[in-house]
Amino acid sequence: MKRALPTLLLHGVLVAGALLTLAPLLWMVSASFMPDGEANTFPPRLLPSAPTVRHYLDLFLRLDLGRQFANSTLVAVLSTLISLIVNSMAGYAFAKLRFGGRERTFRLLLVALVIPAQVCMLPLFLELKAMGLVNTYAGAIIPFMAGVFGIFMIRQYALSLPDELLDAARVDGAGEFRIYWAIVLPVIRPILVTLAVFVFLSAWNDFMWPLIVLSDEAKYTLPVALAGLSSEHVQDTELMMAGSVVTVLPVVLLFLLLQRAYLRGVMMGSVKG
Amino acid sequence: MKGTVEVRQHRAGWAFVAPALVLIGVFFFVPVLAGLVLSFTDFDIYAVGRPDFARFVGLRNYVQALGNPMFWKALGNTLFFVLVGGPLSVAASLVAALLVSSKLTRFPGLFRSIFFMPVVTTLVAVAIVWRYLYQPQYGLLNWALGGLGIRPVDWLGDSHWAMLAIILLAVWKNFGYNMLIFVAGLQSVPEELYEAAELDGASPWSRFVHVTLPSLGPTFLFVGVMTMLGNFQLFAEPYVMTQGGPLKATTTVVMLMYDEGFRWWRMGMGSAIAFVLFVIMLAGTLLQMRLQREGRS
Repeated sequence: MKRALPTLLLHGVLVAGALLTLAPLLWMVSASFMPDGEANTFPPRLLPSAPTVRHYLDLFLRLDLGRQFANSTLVAVLSTLISLIVNSMAGYAFAKLRFGGRERTFRLLLVALVIPAQVCMLPLFLELKAMGLVNTYAGAIIPFMAGVFGIFMIRQYALSLPDELLDAARVDGAGEFRIYWAIVLPVIRPILVTLAVFVFLSAWNDFMWPLIVLSDEAKYTLPVALAGLSSEHVQDTELMMAGSVVTVLPVVLLFLLLQRAYLRGVMMGSVKG
Repeated sequence: MKGTVEVRQHRAGWAFVAPALVLIGVFFFVPVLAGLVLSFTDFDIYAVGRPDFARFVGLRNYVQALGNPMFWKALGNTLFFVLVGGPLSVAASLVAALLVSSKLTRFPGLFRSIFFMPVVTTLVAVAIVWRYLYQPQYGLLNWALGGLGIRPVDWLGDSHWAMLAIILLAVWKNFGYNMLIFVAGLQSVPEELYEAAELDGASPWSRFVHVTLPSLGPTFLFVGVMTMLGNFQLFAEPYVMTQGGPLKATTTVVMLMYDEGFRWWRMGMGSAIAFVLFVIMLAGTLLQMRLQREGRS
């Protein structure tokens, strides 16, 4: 019983911390349902007096945010699918296929991890401009298609694949691509899920690159559109909160659904240190 | 027979890594090298239309950038964010990790998920939310502080507070990530060490200082370096919340690079600023690795 007091204190701190952490998100949801102007009153209201979905209707019917929602979805889904194929092929090959120059090439790739993305943004913009890819979805997807971190993650996981399994398939006459497709991919599925969540979240949440490469409002992703709306509609607190909910909800749901896979990926990131 | 198997695997290996290598080469390594070249030219708005208009100007961009008071202001702001926000965020992560890792904690998974939630949210969206929380008259934060008897603060409108306000948002947004890495680090501390210390009659605090902290050394290095690198790239928060103001108090190096490059189309100058930042980040990383090595010996 001597532990009762510390336990109580510990949980007091934990619950307080959890409430503080959730408070901004809960207020965002609550304010998004408030009637016009109610979020700007003193003392602040915590709950809407008469909940309304007007601001959500406004966003989709008047401001056409559905268009940007679709853009974000397209960019994030395509980034995820392409990166899954490209990174898993490379990660598996670096782990399991013996080819000359493998180690040197892999080490060269790791160099990219210390170079911040900003260093390549200006020239990449010029390069894409020359290729006619500025203000296209392809331009927005390009930085996510292949990633050193993704390759690294797949490689770490694929290292534990037993060689006998692969060699047995070779003896049976299976080609290398068939082995990758029919044997390797199903076995490494857990790490594929992790990678998929990672890429989807970073593509969905990214701001700076789509801000640079997309110039046409009809092609904006949600974060870029939202940043634009927020300077036009500073006074419409409730409307902006509804826009924030629409932007945040898909990624929070995805996280809640696949959190085990995602959290494993974060832990794996720390292994490389 | 063996020879052909090896040749086949050699070919397959290169074929498998080729798509990734081409993509990363064309869209990352080539631009990085091109950026280095660009930083030695006067590439500007005229050159965007006609790249052959650009001329080599040697180190002029670097000299100009380092002679520009705005650059030093932005670097100062960025360093403030790195040096104050970084340790604060790491400390918050460590406290959260210790709390959820305690053997007494019930539902550790639930608390871990809640603390992690802000990490997955969209930065632009939560920056907008926090802008309203910081609103001096109606904002939730001043109202809550008022309850504690603290007078209202104009968080984003006062140049003394604006960067601190952004730090607070960044700590809230990011502490869950490092918390998770600390949780993994704590799990790898051998149980025997704690038992031995307990037998020696060490207090919980002295166990924390003499067992937990030293065992977390490599975790601290990883968390410290990754947090620092991320913080040096501060852009979206001030872009959305303050546009770099008030009085340029929240203008960061990356914002300066963005303005030079994409607002004024001075690509040469923008690239030079990016490379200066890169060198500073590299130096910061090496410094931390060195401190860690000296701390151990």
